Amino acid sequence: MPDQFYYAIEVTLNGLMAGVLYALVALGFVLIYKASGIFNYAQGVMALFAAMTLVGIMDGQVPFAHLINAMLGTHVQHFGWHVPALAAIVLTVGVMVALAWMVQRFVMRHLVNQDMIILFMATIGLAYFLEGLSDLMWGSEIKKLDIGLPQGGSFWIEDMTSSLGSDGFYGFFIDQLDIVAAVVAVLLVIGLMIFSNYTKEGRALRAVADDHQAALSVGISLNFIWVLVWSIAGFVALVAGIMWGTKSGVQFSLSLIALKALPVLMLGGFTSIPGAIVGGLIIGVGEKLFEFALGPMLGGATENWFAYVLALLFLVFRPQGLFGEKIIERV
Amino acid sequence: MKDMDEGYITEDGRKIGGVVMEMKNITLRFGGVVAIKDISFDIREGEVRAIIGPNGAGKSSMLNVISGFYVPQEGEVWFHGAARPKMRPYEVAQQGIARTFQNIALFEGMSVLDNVMTGRLTQMKAGLFSQAIWKGKAEAEETANREIAEKIIDFLEIQAIRKTPVGRLPYGLKKRVELARALAAEPKLLLLDEPMAGMNVEEKEDMSRFILDVNDEFGTTIALIEHDMGVVMDLSDRVVVMDYGKKIGDGTPDEVRNNQDVIDAYLGVAHD
Repeated sequence: MPDQFYYAIEVTLNGLMAGVLYALVALGFVLIYKASGIFNYAQGVMALFAAMTLVGIMDGQVPFAHLINAMLGTHVQHFGWHVPALAAIVLTVGVMVALAWMVQRFVMRHLVNQDMIILFMATIGLAYFLEGLSDLMWGSEIKKLDIGLPQGGSFWIEDMTSSLGSDGFYGFFIDQLDIVAAVVAVLLVIGLMIFSNYTKEGRALRAVADDHQAALSVGISLNFIWVLVWSIAGFVALVAGIMWGTKSGVQFSLSLIALKALPVLMLGGFTSIPGAIVGGLIIGVGEKLFEFALGPMLGGATENWFAYVLALLFLVFRPQGLFGEKIIERV
Repeated sequence: MKDMDEGYITEDGRKIGGVVMEMKNITLRFGGVVAIKDISFDIREGEVRAIIGPNGAGKSSMLNVISGFYVPQEGEVWFHGAARPKMRPYEVAQQGIARTFQNIALFEGMSVLDNVMTGRLTQMKAGLFSQAIWKGKAEAEETANREIAEKIIDFLEIQAIRKTPVGRLPYGLKKRVELARALAAEPKLLLLDEPMAGMNVEEKEDMSRFILDVNDEFGTTIALIEHDMGVVMDLSDRVVVMDYGKKIGDGTPDEVRNNQDVIDAYLGVAHD
């Protein structure tokens, strides 16, 4: 076998891993969309906010330090302690639940029975608000996130595969973090599927997405379900934030990964959890292979646009995505 | 007269019990519009109680007050002998008051069976974890709930469409599925908002039969709104007549039929 072939496999594997990370973000979108019919523009910023909060808590940063110092003339920055990763994650989950409650209390609750476009606009506002809030709370400098996840190439895989090609081939390079992310994503999806299909809360959630009035009439509390949905979305955002934050540092650009999730959603369909995963994988593999095969000819950097072009094609030929519910309008 | 507290036996042998729900001097306003003006009436256990009236009389508003979707400015709703505090619709549902809607509110994306199962949500108590791993309490509970749901599906003769997504069903069947979902909650009081609106004669007959059977078989107390006078007179034990937000008649179908105010409201009266 020529080395070129093995390189292609390596690229594919790495594409799959990148795809898992895209899928993680897309998952958050799908969840809220399925449960409340809202396209949550703020999902990416929620990932940023979650990651910022996690780092802040772990480092013992004083929240709103700049604000406090400016107003009271003090110089507090740090509490001077460090919180272990696991405890910090639990605390961050708590913060995300509190955030979910606030979103419900101050935004969603006032928009019951409004048009989708209005709810969508509300999430745009939420995105900018959260962006500002995370800056104000934790500062805007780039931070390093390390909760002890393995990082760097897996030597084991390299050693095992180095004998495949010729002397110039050193085996497959696969980031351990990507493997962890893949495993976490699989667990998350299984958990969410069980939750939405087999539990009473899951059933109530689907009911609310379908019809507010009917849901009320069978005894479902809309407020509770909304807090639940936004909490879960917050949790998924935290997971995505941890993975991306560990990979490329916690910084503002983290919120832009949301943009990468859009083509994933168009491919997979906005309403399908498996669709988000498969869509993510297709885009991950597609853009890496495309870059590998045609990138040099096209001047490189095809990864920046490949996903969007693919999504555009899907919009033209199959607007509901691969797994989405077919859009039928009765007349 | 039928005002004895302990109830009575109807001509066809059904037992009507004491008062389960009582509306006391209900007034409901939307801004300057008075939708319901100082109305009082009661609903007895096991009876079929109809609310009729011309368009815009305030019938649906009345039903919405009972089911907690509207909160009246004045008056009290008594349920099982106690004044009901201000409640949200889902809390009212949890108290055992189920309802259907005039323009059908079903979960269109779900199958018929899933829709009916949502009616059982208030009865499910098992913890999240137990439900997720499908063991212990949750398993027994789901089985029991499923049995009740299936029984109701059989009863309303919609077995053939159990797995069909509701969105694909024709109007008449949707109405029936909505009734099934309301029944699944095993309600103490069932509210039907125009259960026969927009149906053809055959569908109306089916629906009337189901309503009577439900009342007969499960002893469910039913309050319904209907336009079709013929149907109302056949179905109900007692009738409240509303017009322009006021109560103009209350009694058995025969009493109401001969009430001059009611005749005027329905047939019109010369204003001279």
